[in-house]
Order: sequence, then structure tokens, then C-alpha cells
Amino acid sequence: MDGPGSSENLTGAQALVRSLERVGADVVFGIPGGAILPAYDPLYDSTRVRHILVRHEQGAGHAAEGYAQATGKVGVCMATSGPGATNLVTPIADAYMDSVPIVAITGQVGRAFIGTDAFQEADISGITLPITKHNFLVQSAAEVPQAIAAAFHLASTGRPGPVLVDVPKDVLQERAPFAWPPRVDLPGYRPVTRPHGKQVREAARLIASARRPVLYVGGGVLKSRAVAELRQLAELTGIPIVTTLMARGAFPDSHRQHLGMPGMHGNVTAVTALQKADLLIALGTRFDDRVTGKLDTFAPGAAIIHADIDPAEIGKNRIADVPIVGDAREVLVELIPAVRAEYEAGSRVDLTGWWQQLDQWRETYPLGYEDPPDGALSPQYVIERLGKIAGPETIFAAGVGQHQMWASQFISYENPYTWLNSGGAGTMGYAVPAAMGAKVGRPDKLVWAIDGDGCFQMTNQELATCAIEGIPIKVGVINNGNLGMVRQWQALFYDERYSHTDLSTHKLIPDFVKLADALGCVGLRCEAKDDVDGAIEKAMSINDAPVVVDFTVGKDAMVWPMVPAGTSNDDIQAARGIRPAFDEDE
Amino acid sequence: MTTHTLSVLVENKPGVLARVSGLFSRRGFNIESLAVGPTEHPEISRITILVSVEGTALEQVTKQLNKLINVIKIVELEDAASVQRELLLVKVRADDTTRRGVLETVELFRAKVVDVGPEALTIEVTGQPAKLEAMLRMLDPYGIREMVQSGVVALGRGPRSMTQAALRSVERSA
Repeated sequence: MDGPGSSENLTGAQALVRSLERVGADVVFGIPGGAILPAYDPLYDSTRVRHILVRHEQGAGHAAEGYAQATGKVGVCMATSGPGATNLVTPIADAYMDSVPIVAITGQVGRAFIGTDAFQEADISGITLPITKHNFLVQSAAEVPQAIAAAFHLASTGRPGPVLVDVPKDVLQERAPFAWPPRVDLPGYRPVTRPHGKQVREAARLIASARRPVLYVGGGVLKSRAVAELRQLAELTGIPIVTTLMARGAFPDSHRQHLGMPGMHGNVTAVTALQKADLLIALGTRFDDRVTGKLDTFAPGAAIIHADIDPAEIGKNRIADVPIVGDAREVLVELIPAVRAEYEAGSRVDLTGWWQQLDQWRETYPLGYEDPPDGALSPQYVIERLGKIAGPETIFAAGVGQHQMWASQFISYENPYTWLNSGGAGTMGYAVPAAMGAKVGRPDKLVWAIDGDGCFQMTNQELATCAIEGIPIKVGVINNGNLGMVRQWQALFYDERYSHTDLSTHKLIPDFVKLADALGCVGLRCEAKDDVDGAIEKAMSINDAPVVVDFTVGKDAMVWPMVPAGTSNDDIQAARGIRPAFDEDE
Repeated sequence: MTTHTLSVLVENKPGVLARVSGLFSRRGFNIESLAVGPTEHPEISRITILVSVEGTALEQVTKQLNKLINVIKIVELEDAASVQRELLLVKVRADDTTRRGVLETVELFRAKVVDVGPEALTIEVTGQPAKLEAMLRMLDPYGIREMVQSGVVALGRGPRSMTQAALRSVERSA
């Protein structure tokens, strides 16, 4: 063993693998190729880093994301130069939008060839400039340890995000002394995690005096691992909570104070609570357009407390009355006693009236769905049963579209890190590789991918990886034969002109059961309501291979409620053409 | 829209200018002028950027810039509290009949002739953008053959040093 401070001559490739071991990376998802090949030689010998050979680099990237989101650790993916690297662009962009800590390591052509349009050359650091938290083009073998250490530090601290390390082939081959820990010098990187005391006290004052407050909770609360603190604040104050798509699981869905998800497909009560609130306590969330609807009519009467670790998010979309820069957990840790102090000083507003209002909305506009009139299997029913049978310990990873929204609506999330999806980027094809990454990171957990037939056809090749590597995920394909969400928009906004949304999957092209079989998985098909439970239970009884269940569902089901894009949250439709009448409540 | 002058200290590393300038276009901000050069510390460069935005947008662009890992410090330099200069080289048509008039303009603006030929002069002048514009208006009737302008460079007035303050805070947090 080489202890700290000792130094031996290693190739850049050896230094790379050694650095990965030292930062605690235990899994790398990747595919070798020419420029990264030197790194794969020492990787072959590593007993501490497990390399999982994926079938497409996009799968490696999403697997790294799924791993990171399920474990809280940094996910790692690796690819070669040129097309290998550009195939990582989508997951990197996805990780950037959803602040997922991943490190992407790419091979690059030799230094002498950079800029010559050499074989498999792509300027991946240039390409990923706008979609990485930071990236490095490593110039010498001596820099490898510090680049890896810095990449992991940047990815996992402050607002997490993807970091790319591009290493030219000859840098991997040349030798340099290896020393650990390396000196990491980032003079421009000083994330503020500790909130300003004065701002916290001001927030507490507003919280104690608000009549219609709402806790508007985003993914930052999960990232800062602040679930316990959030619950403490919620129960101390009795304030209602909404959790955004990225924060599902941050607060138990079964908790009385939980109103559910706000936003374009949020439920009526959650959306309306924000609209009618006099105070929003926004924690680790970014006032995304999918949540706010038309921005200038969003929560018009609300004062805003906005706590986020990224100062650029505060005031970006909505001016904050009390801006707080800090880590969500540290903010909550200081906010709880500050609120308690306000209460002890005699300042506290009774929220009974607010709750009566909220409960009335909850009762009048519950989330629901109707079975399709044509007798087809209801996709919502399938997803609801999946949630019930698989249970609250299960990790669910969704693709993007209708099935994603239903999975966020009709599964009850009781635990953090059990809901993985592509929120900001909306990346179709996320589910299967992300579920794979989650299962690798949490082999103790049952992992279900809930995918659409469109999404599934983008990344199902990773089921071969799962079959070969012993990663027994389950995939429920909500197969409506169409690009369902696009079709829904065509139904609502394009006169039912279904331009290029019919995938013909119901003609069994491809036949997902045969496809599953071909990929080394067990394939099941379920077409009737009475068979749903049985199919789910059968899938859950198989643990020596990945399982795919093709749930053949009707194509006409729609996601409701809906705030049509660009309109005000006040115009929410509980179901098609049905607008809640709120005036009577006022 | 008003023009703001941002002085940005960055790590002197390859690609930093691309990160900074790319951020402006990506976030929909237009750079009016940009100048970059070394500072008294070899590891730090200084970028002076003129950007035309409204107040809240300026705050957003500053915050986004601050997120770049290689950006160390950003200061907005107000006109009154800073010295701002630009360099202009301009080649003006000047023959025996017009040369005297051109030279008068050169003197009025305390500019300098740096190249002379029988048909044209090249003039060097530094100053605030307004002064340079005024001189160009005076020279225009003679015929401007070609010209080049540097971006604005600026320093805050008074004894304080932005670089030293930045370095001190980096050392404190290290």
C-alpha cells in the first residue's frame, strides 16, 4: 500500500483508476474504445472499482444518474472520444437540469492530434461547456489525480451537478509521480451552505405571522438529505406541504399535511394552495415553469421566502421577499429554532381556517381517473396497483410522458430516494438505465422501471447489460401504442390530428415479450384488469433475471389535472373541460 | 436598457474566455465590448465586459457568471467611481489639401499620429468611449479607410485593489 504522501510513478491510466479508488468510486458504467483504451487496462485489475459494460453510452450516463439519485453518492460513467463522448451528452444535460452528481470520464485523442479533426475526435469539453457544472481537459498525467479529486468535489458539493474529465490518450500513457491526496485548488468555488442568521429570523417572523402559508419543497431538500428536518419544521408549524416532481418522497404522501404535487399535472389542491397562499416557503426549488404556469399570475398574493444553495436561482423567476442562500438542511436546522422562538414570543397564527379551505378542496377535487369507456386496460390502474403491490420501500424510475406523470400521481411515496425521473430535461429513455444504476447502487431494494412504449424503445438495450451483469430490475411498460403525452396535446390543442404519434406497438412491432426474451429477461404480457395483480406478483417472484411486463393499455387516457402550457395556474382543469369553481370558496 | 461595466477576475487557464463569453450568449445577454488581459498576478486574468441589460437581468448575469468555477470575483464599476478607457486606431484619408484639418483634429483630441503616408494617416487615441465617438465624427468627412477599437478597460478609482481583496478572501476560505 502506498500511504498518503508517498509517491510512485504511474501512467495516467493507472493514476486515473487509483484516483477513482481513492475517491471511493465503487462502480463505473462505461464502454471502452480507442482513446480511453489505456484506462481500461488497469481498470481490468482493480478490485475496488466494478466496471459495468453497458450497451450504449447514453445508458452509462443515465445509469450513473440512477446510481447517484438512489445512493446520494457520485455516479461515474466512462466513454471513449468522439461518438462515445457525444453519446454522453444527453445524460450529462439531464444531470445538469436535475442537479445530479455524476462524473463523466472521456478519452480524447492524443494531445498532438487535438484540433486536427483526427479519427474519433470531438471537442467534448467545448460541447459540454453549457451542460456541465465544470469540465476539465487534462493536460498531463501529473494532473490526473487533482482533476479526478476536483471533479468529485465539484459534482457532490454546493449545488450538485455533472462534471466531465476529458483525458487525451497520450496523457493516459505517459508516466508521472502519483501522490494522494492531491492539492485541489479552486479559488473561484466557495459555495455558501450556512444561511444568514438575519434572513432566517426574518423568515421565521413571516412563517409565524402568515395566514395561508405553504411549504413549497423541491429536489434540493432530497439532495441536502434534509428529510427529517423538513418533517420537523412541517410538524412544528402545521403548514401544508407540496412536493415538486423532483421532490416526491421528501415528505410522506400519506402525511395529513401533504397536499401532493403542484404544477402542470399537479393536483387541484396543491396548485390552488400555491395560488391562494399568502406565504410560500420555497426550499431547494427553482420556480420552474412547469410549476408556476404563467409566471406573472403565479401565487399573486404570496410573500416569498426562497432558500436555495444556488444564489442564481433566487430571484431568477420570482423575486424573493426573504432570500436565503444556503444548503436546505442547514437552513432548516436554523429555521426550526427560529420559528419556535417566534411561537414562544407569542406570535402564531391559527391555521384552522386555511386547513378547512384546503380540506374542502381536497374533498371536492381528489386525484382520480376513470376506466376507459372502450374497455381497454387503464394505465392509471396499472400504475396504482404497481405502487400498492410493490410497496413504499420500492425504488421507482420513470421515463418521460404520461406514464411518468401517472407514476408521480398514483404511487404513494413514503420514503426519500424512491422516485427517480428526468424532471428538468424530460429525457425519454431515462427509466431503464436509471433503474439499472439504482439497482447497482441499492441491490437490497426492489427496483421497478415504469416506462412508456416510446421511451422503452430508446434505451431497452441496457436490459442486456442487466441480464449479463446480474441486475434484476423489473420494467413495467405502460404500452399504449403511442407517444401518449404528445398524442394528448394533439387531442387537446391540434384538433385530434395525430401526426406521427402512433408507434404501432399494439401490432406487436416490436413484441416486447419476445424482445425481453431476446435480451435475456423474462417477458410477460398483461391486457386485462383482472390480470394486473397477477402479472405484478409474477414479476416480483422472479429474482434471478430482469423482468419486463408489457401492460397493453388504452391509448385515450389523459393526464389530469392539467394547466395547459403558457396559461395561468388559475386556469387549471381538473379534467377535460372542467374548471374548478373557486370563487365560492372566497 | 443601460450599459454596465463588469470587471471579472478569472483564473488564467485555457478556455476561460470561452466559458465567460459563452455564458452571455447562452443566457441571452449581449456583450457590447470585451477586453481581457493579464493582471499583476500571473495566475489571474481580468476581463472587462460592457453589457447592456436592465437591473434585475444584470443581477442574474452576475450570479450566473459567479457560478463559473474559474471566475474568482466580479465587480460592477460605476462610471463615476471608475476610470474607463478604450483604444482606437483609425486610418483616415489625408492628402496635401486635407492633412492640416486632420492634424488639427488630432491635436484637439490629444491623439497621436502613428503612421503617415501621402494619402492617409493612422491615428492612435485613447479615452472614454464618448470621446472616441466624438473624434470619429470629426474625422468622418475626411474619409475613414479602416479602424479598430479595443474593448473598454476599467479600474475603480481610489487606493483599493480588487485583485488583492479577491486574493485575500480566497486565502481566508482556503
